[in-house]
Amino acid sequence: MTNPPPPSRTDPDDQPGAVADPGAGDGRGISERLSANSLVSALLSSTSAVAVALVLGAFVILISGDDPITAYRALFSGSLGDLRGISETLVAATPLILAGLGFAVAFRAGLFNIGLEGQVVLGGLAAGLVATYNLGPWPVALPLTLGAAALAGGLWAALAGALKAKSGASEVITTIMLNYLAFRLATWAVGAEDLLPVNPGLQSTTRGRVESTLATFPEMIAWLDERIWLPGWLAGVGEDNLRVHAGIILALIAAVILWYVIFKTTFGYKVRTVGLSRGAAAYAGFSWGLTITLAMAISGVLAGLAGAGETLGLYQGQFYNSASGLGFTAIAVGLVGRNHPGGVILAGLLFGILKSGATEMQNSAGTSKELVQILQALVILAIAGFAASGRLNLRSRFRSRSTSPPAASPTPARP
Amino acid sequence: MPSAAPNPATTINEPVQYAVEMRGIVKRFPGVVANDGIDLIVERGEIHALLGENGAGKSTLMNNLFGLYHPDEGEIRVNGRPAAFAGPRAAVEAGLGMVHQHFMLIPRFTVTENVILGSEGPGTVLDRDAATAEVARLAEEYGLRVDARAKVEDLPVGMQQRVEILRALYQGGRTLILDEPTALLTPQEVDELYAILRRLRAGGGTVIFITHKLREVAAISDRVTVIRRGKTVGTRITAATTAPELAELLVGREVLLRVNRPPASPGEPILVAENLHATGSRGEAALRGASLTLRRGEILGISGVEGNGQTELVEILAGLRKPDSGRVLLRGQDVTAAGPHERRRSGLSYIPEDRHNRGLVLDFSLSENILLGNADDPPFSRFGRILPRFVRSLTQRLMKQFDVRAPAPETPARSLSGGNQQKLIIARELHREPDALLAVQPTRGLDVGAIEFVHRSLVNERDKGRGVILISFDLDEILDLSDRILVLYAGDFTGEFESGQVHRTELGLRMGGKSSDDQPTAAVTD
Repeated sequence: MTNPPPPSRTDPDDQPGAVADPGAGDGRGISERLSANSLVSALLSSTSAVAVALVLGAFVILISGDDPITAYRALFSGSLGDLRGISETLVAATPLILAGLGFAVAFRAGLFNIGLEGQVVLGGLAAGLVATYNLGPWPVALPLTLGAAALAGGLWAALAGALKAKSGASEVITTIMLNYLAFRLATWAVGAEDLLPVNPGLQSTTRGRVESTLATFPEMIAWLDERIWLPGWLAGVGEDNLRVHAGIILALIAAVILWYVIFKTTFGYKVRTVGLSRGAAAYAGFSWGLTITLAMAISGVLAGLAGAGETLGLYQGQFYNSASGLGFTAIAVGLVGRNHPGGVILAGLLFGILKSGATEMQNSAGTSKELVQILQALVILAIAGFAASGRLNLRSRFRSRSTSPPAASPTPARP
Repeated sequence: MPSAAPNPATTINEPVQYAVEMRGIVKRFPGVVANDGIDLIVERGEIHALLGENGAGKSTLMNNLFGLYHPDEGEIRVNGRPAAFAGPRAAVEAGLGMVHQHFMLIPRFTVTENVILGSEGPGTVLDRDAATAEVARLAEEYGLRVDARAKVEDLPVGMQQRVEILRALYQGGRTLILDEPTALLTPQEVDELYAILRRLRAGGGTVIFITHKLREVAAISDRVTVIRRGKTVGTRITAATTAPELAELLVGREVLLRVNRPPASPGEPILVAENLHATGSRGEAALRGASLTLRRGEILGISGVEGNGQTELVEILAGLRKPDSGRVLLRGQDVTAAGPHERRRSGLSYIPEDRHNRGLVLDFSLSENILLGNADDPPFSRFGRILPRFVRSLTQRLMKQFDVRAPAPETPARSLSGGNQQKLIIARELHREPDALLAVQPTRGLDVGAIEFVHRSLVNERDKGRGVILISFDLDEILDLSDRILVLYAGDFTGEFESGQVHRTELGLRMGGKSSDDQPTAAVTD
């Protein structure tokens, strides 16, 4: 196993503040998403924001005395240039996509879930705890461990949702509080001898059982290859000792399901209504409190699954601190992805690329790994900038429409 | 560009006839021409109404005048001098004052603090007493009775507007622009506003009164300029014109100002409220034993000044709130405990007062708004899955049937004009073919053409044998449409009148808690 991902200690400090504004911008941006061509424009503006961030980042690299072209080449070849790079990109993107989806669903309901980090930790902890016990073959063990993770993350987040529904307590505050509780709970659980059969040699003893529950991706490919025909190069993946694991499949499935739920079901409709207009929800006659609590629960379920993926798929037994910081990066992923499942996948992959390419950039171009965090921050700022300018456009469009001669406007007013 | 502020005292002596001259104003925005050659000539010392429908270009024109926009073509003169203001500050220095529709006041500041905001003068120490005295003197001079030391948040809306007017006067404004100033006022407050404006005129001041209501033009203005689709379509002396002529200028076609309404033939009771009691948001008794009976085939108008229990009554009837005591019967069934969704299923439709925060989700498409309140019912959804094809075709059908002007069902509701938004709500609420319809302020903020449509829809529903409750603060609307009128005052109904058997003065007195036996002068409340 290669070394764990670079520590992202600064993330929790920087990002919640930095993303507060794009959050507001994206709320307005939802309207643009509603028709097909505005989906394209959303994609376009996100892509341009990334391009702007890369250009600005190039200046930062120049100022720090390195060659931006060499650095970027290393960044992308390290993350996409070979199978190992792609594997590491997917490894980094997997929890970001899952937790980013979690952020998106809460945001659609009008909630800002800053507690993803705690929900990820608890999900990982629950999955690890359950996997510690011998649960039988993987078709039994896998649903049980994932279910435990989903339950832990879901309940933890639903708590914040229910508090808001009952007393109006801001979820921003309660989820931050719940984060600290979750961290302490995890520290205690890992150290509690009564809770776990073997301690502290937990890692080695659990690994065997855990590995059987969430097969690593190459092993899964190999397994599939034995039963169904697969192209040779995919089968070849199984030979390599890559870290990519089945969590990426889980993430993609979750994105598709979430997309369906949000846009195609009455429940998703209620979630979106509640997020845009509490008054309209009351008028329609459905419960605001219940809807936000459920949306928050789903958000936590997804974050919990992100933690489970880390515990079961990536670290295979080491289940605390493994998630450090990713719950906060996931907020950025949700916002950059405009809280649309498809956008979240793309944004998760982008942040995965930045993370996995950082090492190569440092090794071959000599550019500090920390530059990647600057790049992440620049992407967020650029997105915020584009969202703000989009909002301005919208406002001036609105203004000119309300004062314009109806004949010239695309939506004529009354005759 | 005016560098020095003209002193109002000196400009008044100059032989200038016009306070404001705007000639051939053109303002283009990407894709639209908001002002397409507008002429507006305002004489000194007159009250000049600027009449136009929503979207006709009134606000753009005033923003051009005030330096918020810069016109692409045309000439602006203020007090005879060429005026191309760089911004509002320069406009204020030239003697213009703007009273916005949505007040730009700081609620926690006192009246004086709000008035002097932006013209505190040099130095770091504020002479609060001198400022208060000056504000009080101005208020006295123009009859703007308002306590200079009161906090703005404690004042009723009409008073807050006076603070805005005071601020404009304090800043040296001799020409006041009032943007839809009556939108938020009660009938009494409107009368008081008129009195203030007349006093301003008597003192040599000039007023530009922006409105889309014909009644206001007739009530207050000396002359009126009508604009339609960005063009001036005519200027008239108010006394020499008629409402139908103005309406035709305004809309571009002949308009029925009063909807044709054959006599009602009321049937059985459909919606009954018995002895409703409710507590308001500040813990006061908002409803005190109000009862009403709505019959099929009638429009029951509920008139009253805002804040006399209308909010609570509507919410109880719609199922958004439970009464402290009393009950609500819909088609003979006790629905007191039922929520909005259940009542909708039992045959009650509801056109809410607040289009933007209740009746619509502005960021949703038209289709998604048609789903609002219907999402759980077949054929809109099955097993929790929305049936998009049904919703889309229904939306298309309703758009055609109710003349909702929009490119497609996917268009966001936000981009529609107020009238089209309201038609969308009406389409959604009427397509269910309800037995009873609750319409709250259904024409608020709409222009003449849209009002005609809404009124016609309500009368049509009545003629189809449905019961309609119309709650409105607009007395004329109540009088025009209702077959029976109830007056809501202080949480109870204080009068019931048959259509055509009551005069607006009598109703106005009842709305103020008086009856015609009382002294007429007591109608002025404060």
